[in-house]
Amino acid sequence: MSVISEGVVRRKRRRSRFVAWLAGDKRAAVSLVFLLALASLSVLANVVAPYSPLEQSMDILAPPSAAHLLGTDDLGRDVFSRLVHGGPMSLYASFLAVSVGVLIGLPFGVLAGYLGGWIDTAVSRVIDTILSCPSIVLAIAVTGALGIGLTNSMIAVGIVFSPGLARLIRVQTMIVKGELYVDAARTFGLSTPRLVFRHILPNAIQPVIVQVTLLLATALLAEASLSFLGLGVQPPHPSWGQMLARAYAYMEIAPEQMYAPGFAILFTALAFNALGESLRSLLDPTRRRSD
Amino acid sequence: MVDATSTAPGAALLDVRDLGIAFRTGAGMVQVTRDVTFAIQPGEVVGLVGESGCGKTVTGLALMGLLPKATSRIAGEVLLEGENLIGMSARRLQQRRGAKISMIFQEPMSALDPVFTIGEQIAETLRAHRHVSAREARERGIEALARVGIPEPALRYDAYPHQLSGGMRQRAMIAIAIVCEPRLLIADEPTTALDVTVQAQIVDVLGDLCSRLGMAMLFITHDLGLVAQTCSRLVTMYAGEVIEEGCIDDVLVRPRHPYTSGLLRSLPALAERKSKLPAIPGRVPMRGEMPEGCRFRPRCGFARPPCEAPQPLDRLTSAGQVRCCRHDELELMGVLS
Repeated sequence: MSVISEGVVRRKRRRSRFVAWLAGDKRAAVSLVFLLALASLSVLANVVAPYSPLEQSMDILAPPSAAHLLGTDDLGRDVFSRLVHGGPMSLYASFLAVSVGVLIGLPFGVLAGYLGGWIDTAVSRVIDTILSCPSIVLAIAVTGALGIGLTNSMIAVGIVFSPGLARLIRVQTMIVKGELYVDAARTFGLSTPRLVFRHILPNAIQPVIVQVTLLLATALLAEASLSFLGLGVQPPHPSWGQMLARAYAYMEIAPEQMYAPGFAILFTALAFNALGESLRSLLDPTRRRSD
Repeated sequence: MVDATSTAPGAALLDVRDLGIAFRTGAGMVQVTRDVTFAIQPGEVVGLVGESGCGKTVTGLALMGLLPKATSRIAGEVLLEGENLIGMSARRLQQRRGAKISMIFQEPMSALDPVFTIGEQIAETLRAHRHVSAREARERGIEALARVGIPEPALRYDAYPHQLSGGMRQRAMIAIAIVCEPRLLIADEPTTALDVTVQAQIVDVLGDLCSRLGMAMLFITHDLGLVAQTCSRLVTMYAGEVIEEGCIDDVLVRPRHPYTSGLLRSLPALAERKSKLPAIPGRVPMRGEMPEGCRFRPRCGFARPPCEAPQPLDRLTSAGQVRCCRHDELELMGVLS
């Protein structure tokens, strides 16, 4: 806790604080640059990719060359083009799953944590029940019920994520609810919804933000797993998981096929994780605040 | 702005009658306070003193309606300008809080929300009760900060709580509490967490605000020195009961209850010099082992058989009250003469 001398107390502009953070945290900077590059690549997929991701040729399982930067797959499709076109699919899948998880988990968690009593007990038991199922099996079951496809399978993953998020925000809400500043705000005449949205949520949300970045990585892997199992993106459309599944079948003939989608998944997941880790240390309230 | 629609002259601003608070615990209901009765006139500064655990803070929280409904049971009446706050709907209570009755707490470190600036928190309180524009809220917020003696209020307005020192935070808290100019401020040991010089400043600020805004204050503390300095009336609590209430000058000269007398005489600043500091023997009884009759009896040097009967709160001719059956016959020592 620093006591700033007279005249220095000034709200720094958000932008300069953001830049200062990135300059001081190389890991976060590298992750963010990587993810931004990935996002722009995804947006510009049609421009960047030299071939259509669905275009087949007779040149099958070719090693990397000038014509095909990352070689071709078992149907003679350009791996680089498929990788670039698979990117938006994978990112869409990750964000969809996490959004669904937050949209379901957050309200229930806040409600249970704030109200307590039998509502808390009921919500907690439901959470425990869902968490007791193995998550990938649950995701497969929900996908089966909703119908096969990328969107449905990612909604299923989101549903699998929601109890964990709900439990996290529930505990946070319970902690923040007991803080003196919440009571103080109540003595100043604020309504309950305002208390929840203005004072409890902003103070409780920080670990959720971190958890979301970590879940983005998990969702990416879940998308890969489900596509690998044939429940996600349907052929012939590319996704990283599905490319990996195809390459796996030819592992002994053309092992280099696995590298492109494998490393794409690995680096993206790592970038999400690293960003989450940096956010965690940035938002940690026990950290000495010097800004 | 002092509300013109206030009560008739002579009527109390706050009238607490037979306030009893019980908490539900694992072992059943535990009675924390009972028969708490006192009144505060408009503009008056009343001290509420007692040892730790005697129910001072709980009484303050009950006045604000801050005790959890699920685990507490409140009996009696708390009349603020004639309206009973106990059992009032949450919505109506919320309109009173901050606007008519406000509270500041012991720990300024944790009473401010760390994620918002001081200014945002002042403006939020102001806009919860008054229809003001953002610009006007800012002006009045800065004015409130200036009023509590914060230097460079326009800069501090945009500061986050962690950028301020403890004393500054308590001032900021006070600024939030008074920005809507409530009629009554409950100050729950506002200076306990602060060092002595800052303590004096905060007490000055509070006293100054009361006289300038015509605001009444319930000053909850265990520091009798501060009470003697700021308050016009004193309410003493012991083991969950009000045991004495009276004008500060009367009480300092002639306390009516042996406990108040003991508290006063144990003050180093007010006691006779070069003498051994008198102390009250024993400690506050535990909840489960409250003695029958007068609760102070086991520690009281004046206890007689009649003290074993329950003690009513007797009205005194000098506009006070005392819970001691021997108050007429005892000549207790005060600290002034």
